[in-house]
Amino acid sequence: MARHRPTIVLVLLSLLALAAMAAFMTVGAKGQWSFVLPFRGIRLAALLLVAYAVAVSTVLFQTITNNRILTPSIMGFDALYILIQTVVVFAFGSAHLASLGPNVLFVVEVAVMVAFSALLYRWLLSGDVRGLHLLLLVGVIFGALFRSLSNLMQRMIDPLDFAVLQDRFFASFNTVHSEILGMAGLAVVAVSVAGWRLFRTFDVLALGRENAINLGLEHRRLISVVLVLVTILVSVSTALVGPVTFFGLLVANLAYQLAGSPRHGVVLPVAILLAVICLVGGQIVLQHLFAFDTALSVVIEFLGGITFILLLLSRTRR
Amino acid sequence: MIEIENVSKAYGRSVVVDGVTLTLPSRGITSIIGPNGAGKSTLLSMVSRLLPMDRGHVRVDGLDIADAASDVLARRLSILRQDNSISVRLTVRELVTFGRYPHSKGRPTAADREHVERALGYLGLDGLADRFLDELSGGQRQRAFVAMVLCQDTDYMLLDEPLNNLDMKHAVSMMQLLRGAADEFGKTVVLVLHDINFASCYSDHIVAMRDGRVIHQGSPEALIRPDVLAEIYDLDIAVETIGGRPIGIYYLGSGSARRQQMPGPNG
Amino acid sequence: MKALAGACLLIFVLAAASLFVGVSDVTPGKLIGADAGSRALQVLLASRIPRTLAIILAGMSMAVAGFIMQMLARNRFVEPSTAGTMESASLGMLVVTLLAPQAPVMGKMLAASAFALAGTALFLRILRSIPLRSVLIVPLVGIMMGNVISAVATFIAYRFDLLQALAAWTTGDFSSVLRGRYELLWLSFLLTGIAYFAADRFTVAGLGEDFTTNLGLHYRRVLRLGLVIVSMVTASVVATVGMVPFVGLIVPNIVAMAMGDNMRHALPWVAILGAGLVLACDLAGRLIRFPYEIPVGTVMGVVGSALFLALLLRKRRQLG
Repeated sequence: MARHRPTIVLVLLSLLALAAMAAFMTVGAKGQWSFVLPFRGIRLAALLLVAYAVAVSTVLFQTITNNRILTPSIMGFDALYILIQTVVVFAFGSAHLASLGPNVLFVVEVAVMVAFSALLYRWLLSGDVRGLHLLLLVGVIFGALFRSLSNLMQRMIDPLDFAVLQDRFFASFNTVHSEILGMAGLAVVAVSVAGWRLFRTFDVLALGRENAINLGLEHRRLISVVLVLVTILVSVSTALVGPVTFFGLLVANLAYQLAGSPRHGVVLPVAILLAVICLVGGQIVLQHLFAFDTALSVVIEFLGGITFILLLLSRTRR
Repeated sequence: MIEIENVSKAYGRSVVVDGVTLTLPSRGITSIIGPNGAGKSTLLSMVSRLLPMDRGHVRVDGLDIADAASDVLARRLSILRQDNSISVRLTVRELVTFGRYPHSKGRPTAADREHVERALGYLGLDGLADRFLDELSGGQRQRAFVAMVLCQDTDYMLLDEPLNNLDMKHAVSMMQLLRGAADEFGKTVVLVLHDINFASCYSDHIVAMRDGRVIHQGSPEALIRPDVLAEIYDLDIAVETIGGRPIGIYYLGSGSARRQQMPGPNG
Repeated sequence: MKALAGACLLIFVLAAASLFVGVSDVTPGKLIGADAGSRALQVLLASRIPRTLAIILAGMSMAVAGFIMQMLARNRFVEPSTAGTMESASLGMLVVTLLAPQAPVMGKMLAASAFALAGTALFLRILRSIPLRSVLIVPLVGIMMGNVISAVATFIAYRFDLLQALAAWTTGDFSSVLRGRYELLWLSFLLTGIAYFAADRFTVAGLGEDFTTNLGLHYRRVLRLGLVIVSMVTASVVATVGMVPFVGLIVPNIVAMAMGDNMRHALPWVAILGAGLVLACDLAGRLIRFPYEIPVGTVMGVVGSALFLALLLRKRRQLG
């Protein structure tokens, strides 16, 4: 039984995820299928990309940092992405931006993001900032700083420009930025191909720095590469639906509980499937059962915040 | 005189102090010794009203600590616990001045300031008086806390392992200082001590606890004896008389104790 | 004493600047010899003076509230915005606005105080299960608790179409302060005065429960007094101008570095520098993008989080 558990879990979750997707496409549909299907299809594709990006980025980030509380969004990654978006708008002005087109803009933003986060987080994770709690708090406050800075810059943009651009800043599960869907998909595929080549090292990295080095991995280089992959994934999800601080934490920790195996071959797919079920399923439940339109992200923040506090407390009591 | 009458404390099922009845004489130094988990610190905390007791009474000079006003007690009895980590950034002098709080209620008079300076001098803290506590070593900080309690100028001083964090030199001078407080100022000092030899050299009276009960009490000569110590600590301790004081030699342990600590192949 | 007088002078200069910075043209020249009906004088009396007073009162009392909380929680990094107090207060404002929209401001503020009190008490309750030495987990738990509470508030506000009102309580902004709309803040000034009166008690409480009892004080009573002061101050600030984060964290920490935590000494400094910091941030908010205004909450967010980070990284050797 225990040996087959991962397989059983994967099959069950796959079925649930498929059911959620089918429901998403069909439940409550009015009017022409030829209109409904492509319209919902695009949103579904975006949600799937987000689920994949959040799940993989969180699990990998926790692998390279060797703990289960730190996540990219708690460390302020998505706040940094929003800041970069704002700075780009600030620097180019809205008129220029329109001529550039969303895809070019996305690529520019991701490039800047990778450069910046590589600098900042490599320093943070290099061991100069010791202790998980300090790291967490520094990350949280960096997040707050990035958010306040983007807030400040948004206020400094001409109010008229701001109104035009507001839509860009406030992505949510309901106003998915589908215009960059193609480019985002491409980025995710590229990350996955690169990740696939490193796949075997993930389980070793999870053993910690000393063990990984002892087993012959080029630890420093690998961490840097994984960090870049994580950064791109965070950019994708933030660009599509905006920041959702605790989603990754919820999904990853649920996955560790359910998977019954610490191997990435199991944990990663379980996390991805869970993310799909939560996002797509949650959206349907809230929309059609409770008629709450944009509440999903709030619900995730609520549950995730409580999970985070409990995780922290259970670790210190031990 | 501190009268302890049938005092008990339990946490859930585990009884930490079990019906202790004890009279601590006025003046002089009383040391409480015993192995870890004997209930020494818990008893001291209850006597000093830091911890409510489940059963029993404690009277300090006839004053029942359960009914007495806390600020009245604070002028009669002071307590220093062993674990004093504080995050508040105070200078040594500021901390010691708070020892006068029960008397001055935060408006120190010239007489209070004199007390403070005397306590600082007594503990050799003059040079450190304006340093912040977080800039001191563990031993210096411990001395600052003792200075505060001393400054409180109560008849009874209760100290839970005051030698914690002190090196040999400072441990000895701390014990000499407490001895002086008892002899010169007529204070009653009650200590929890781990080192039986400090207890032997400096106390008038020793109380031995084990499993939440008082199992022996008496003069150092009556307590620091191989048969009594074996009963308290489960350890064969040779006792030699050095400089007129019974000194326990416990560093080498005994065969039987070592065997008990090393589980055999069957666990 | 001399230094304190100097700091007061600085506040006067900032306050004077605050009186004369704004869209409508109010200058000392225009006021001299102006008749009672002049526009400059009206603006000064109805808007600029109330605004400046509100800034000073809010800055002082928030800084002192943070200071008190640091004593009660025995932790350097606690203040109303890192302990769920502010978020609870704004949740309280939201709930009372839903249930009793006609209630007077004072009533709403009292309801918000009750929420703030409950939130902070819950936080302190959680803290009791954390070993004292894990210093950094305390603000982490507090910040996250604040997040959870604001998620609840956002959810409710979203359902009842009150997001705009909620935004007013969550972003500190002095631009809408007018005569007749800020007087509640005098209450927090009064509470700050009480805090000064009880300063020694709070310092003693900061040493821990055992120390407090040893010195003959009732720890629970000191705790309750402090909680009530902090909750009411936070609620009155949230009700009148919205959240002003980090003041209560940055100012007491800087003061403690220079002169320690003895509240009797440090409290006047904390109050004055708190007022100065908020004055400076509000002025900056008015000047950066003149004639548009950037709310003080936003400016404070940037300045406060940057200083908080500096503080953490500076102390990282001891904390890690």
